[in-house]
Amino acid sequence: MNAQLQPTGSAYFIAKETEKPENHTLSVLVDNEPGVLARVIGLFSGRGYNIESLTVSETEHEKHLSRITIVTRGTPHVLEQIKHQLERIVPVHRVVDLSVMAEELGQPALARELALVKVAGTGDDRVEALRLADAFRASVIDANTEHFIFEITGKVSKVEQFIAIMKPLGLVEVCRTGVAAMNRGPQGM
Amino acid sequence: MSNGQNEQREMTGAEIVVQALRDNGVLHLFGYPGGAVLPIYDELFQQEDIEHILVRHEQGAGHAAEGYARSTGKPGVMLVTSGPGATNAVTPLQDALMDSIPLVCLTGQVPTSLIGSDAFQECDTVGITRPCTKHNWLVKDVNKLAATIHEAFHVATTGRPGPVVVDIPKDVQFAKGIYTPPQTAPRTSYQPTIQGDLNQIKAAVALMATAKRPIIYSGGGVINSGPEASQLLRELVELTGFPITSTLMGLGAYPASGKSWMGMLGMHGTYEANMAMHDCDVMVCIGARFDDRITGRLDAFSPNSKKIHIDIDPSSINKNVRADVPIIGDVGRVLEDMVRLWRATVKTDKKALHPWWEQIAKWRARDSLAFTPNNDVIMPQYAVQRLYEATKGRDTYITTEVGQHQMWAAQHFHFDEPNRWMTSGGLGTMGYGLPAALGVQIAHPDALVIDIAGDASVQMTIQEMSCAVQYNAPIKIFILNNQYMGMVRQWQQLLHGNRLSHSYTEAMPDFVKLAEAYGGHGIRCEKPGDLDAAIKEMIEVKKPVIFDCRVVSLANCFPMIPSGKAHNEMLLPDEATDEAVANAIDAKGRELV
Repeated sequence: MNAQLQPTGSAYFIAKETEKPENHTLSVLVDNEPGVLARVIGLFSGRGYNIESLTVSETEHEKHLSRITIVTRGTPHVLEQIKHQLERIVPVHRVVDLSVMAEELGQPALARELALVKVAGTGDDRVEALRLADAFRASVIDANTEHFIFEITGKVSKVEQFIAIMKPLGLVEVCRTGVAAMNRGPQGM
Repeated sequence: MSNGQNEQREMTGAEIVVQALRDNGVLHLFGYPGGAVLPIYDELFQQEDIEHILVRHEQGAGHAAEGYARSTGKPGVMLVTSGPGATNAVTPLQDALMDSIPLVCLTGQVPTSLIGSDAFQECDTVGITRPCTKHNWLVKDVNKLAATIHEAFHVATTGRPGPVVVDIPKDVQFAKGIYTPPQTAPRTSYQPTIQGDLNQIKAAVALMATAKRPIIYSGGGVINSGPEASQLLRELVELTGFPITSTLMGLGAYPASGKSWMGMLGMHGTYEANMAMHDCDVMVCIGARFDDRITGRLDAFSPNSKKIHIDIDPSSINKNVRADVPIIGDVGRVLEDMVRLWRATVKTDKKALHPWWEQIAKWRARDSLAFTPNNDVIMPQYAVQRLYEATKGRDTYITTEVGQHQMWAAQHFHFDEPNRWMTSGGLGTMGYGLPAALGVQIAHPDALVIDIAGDASVQMTIQEMSCAVQYNAPIKIFILNNQYMGMVRQWQQLLHGNRLSHSYTEAMPDFVKLAEAYGGHGIRCEKPGDLDAAIKEMIEVKKPVIFDCRVVSLANCFPMIPSGKAHNEMLLPDEATDEAVANAIDAKGRELV
């Protein structure tokens, strides 16, 4: 009937994605009650969204509120859906896309991560590891003659770089907190 | 028992459950007992305010509660035991989630001390039902039980309605605690937007006033919003003179006998409705969600229109289709504002819509629901038409299963009132219709309740016939029996070279004897000439009836938007030759469904 339309797909129409995916950081304020994290994570896995990093802790004890920080990747359209889907969850109070807010404020959001990095070795490698840790302002929180545990805080890229550098110097294990983030300026989320 | 007396009264958890149901206005409860809910059943035994309907399978309880809810506007309530009781409830919970039906499901759970120990009939109910409910709760403290049940009712029935689960361990049912009456203060994190933004509504009205080729596309949200919303929708259509179509879930909100009605839209909708959707310049979507069965090919969906989208759920907006004027709010409230603003600000010029209506008349003249009549065998469409004629003027409710018969029912049975049409739209649950009819009949004991069924679907929950007989619920199961899973076969013909893999039922029960075995009444009809008398008999019998309507076995459901096509590429019945059917979907379309 309408010849100029190319036959494609199906009733489950899968549109070609023209938008580019972006990394965004979401702050989600939730009631700290059993299962709330499962609801958030289940939403992401159930609807096929990505989680690049996730951090959660109770931030207001008397109100039993927790703040979840999620770094996710998606097209602007998907990111908008993620925000609305999160807002549907009953114990979710607020969802703020820090990346969108940062654009409105005209300055990027602050995002920091903490990592514990265990490095074992002797001789030159050991000396080099300590020297580099100093350059990265990582502090030694545990050590004996055969190992160090460094604590490093900073932007994700800095932590990534530090870990990469430690690899050839006897990296044993790494533990990272995931991103904690908030917007600049006097106002809250 | 008044609230005042209860306020400080100590009760067992089981007593609290029953009192909380009472305080939330529950009159009927669909359920099935088991170890983990025995204390609640013991309480139910000792009272007369709430009638318990004993189903034969927990899935039946869920669908019955859905039918009850859909036909009354009140929440449906079900009570099941732990483990298999809860897992059997999953299908109706997901069904209610996708069709936005308020459903409160109470489940028993093993005692708190045994949770996590793989105890007998234990399952992680809140874990399993988390993605298929609007919200769920595990209650470990008897003092929080009453408040939790009240909150469950509040969440299920407000905003976009949906299913909720309250999981109650057995020791909590025995434990004594304080009953708290329903509170009006809702939790702060749950506050659905009810009132639409007035500026957006103004913008919508202004856009509608300039439309030359407008269309109203309404959905189940109008029904959910209550009878007032349907009334306002009718007023809006009358005021504006716009043509209106509706989704499967929205049938009855605008009367099928109304002059602006174009029939249902979507995959098996009418030609005129789909063509008008494709060619319109302003689309007003009211309480619908641009489902894939509605839109067809998304990149060719109504390419030249501005879209106004009214929905109570912000996540429905811009999910599949971009809205130019989104309005978040309850359909009823928004329509109220819209009608008021239209009256106050727009000078309606219905003449301007004449060319559009003329175009629609041309599309309508294609008579897309036509079928070739047959004097020897019953055509399924004819059977639905005769059924409709026979029920005119009666207080009739229709439920369906899922498949070809469902689409034929939607096309050929006409609804003039909301809440009269119960069908599984989103999830497409075969086996929905029979228990749903039961639920409807319990809510409306004197009404005529008919499940238009398929021979395959009906066997999925046929056991609820036993329940219907027990409660003298004279539901009518009208089976369009073609011995096939008709819609599966239709797709095999379209997509898989007519290789009918396992879509034919070689051993079919004798439905007449089956009805009699359950204590109901069985009727078989094989000739078109006998149909009217047989339908009359079915309606007059004061018992549950299974009507085995033998229809032509190879009829297919048209019109149809084939896979991967746009609204203006419908396959019409007069064009649906064997060859056209076989070639309707290209190779790429076949990879998907």
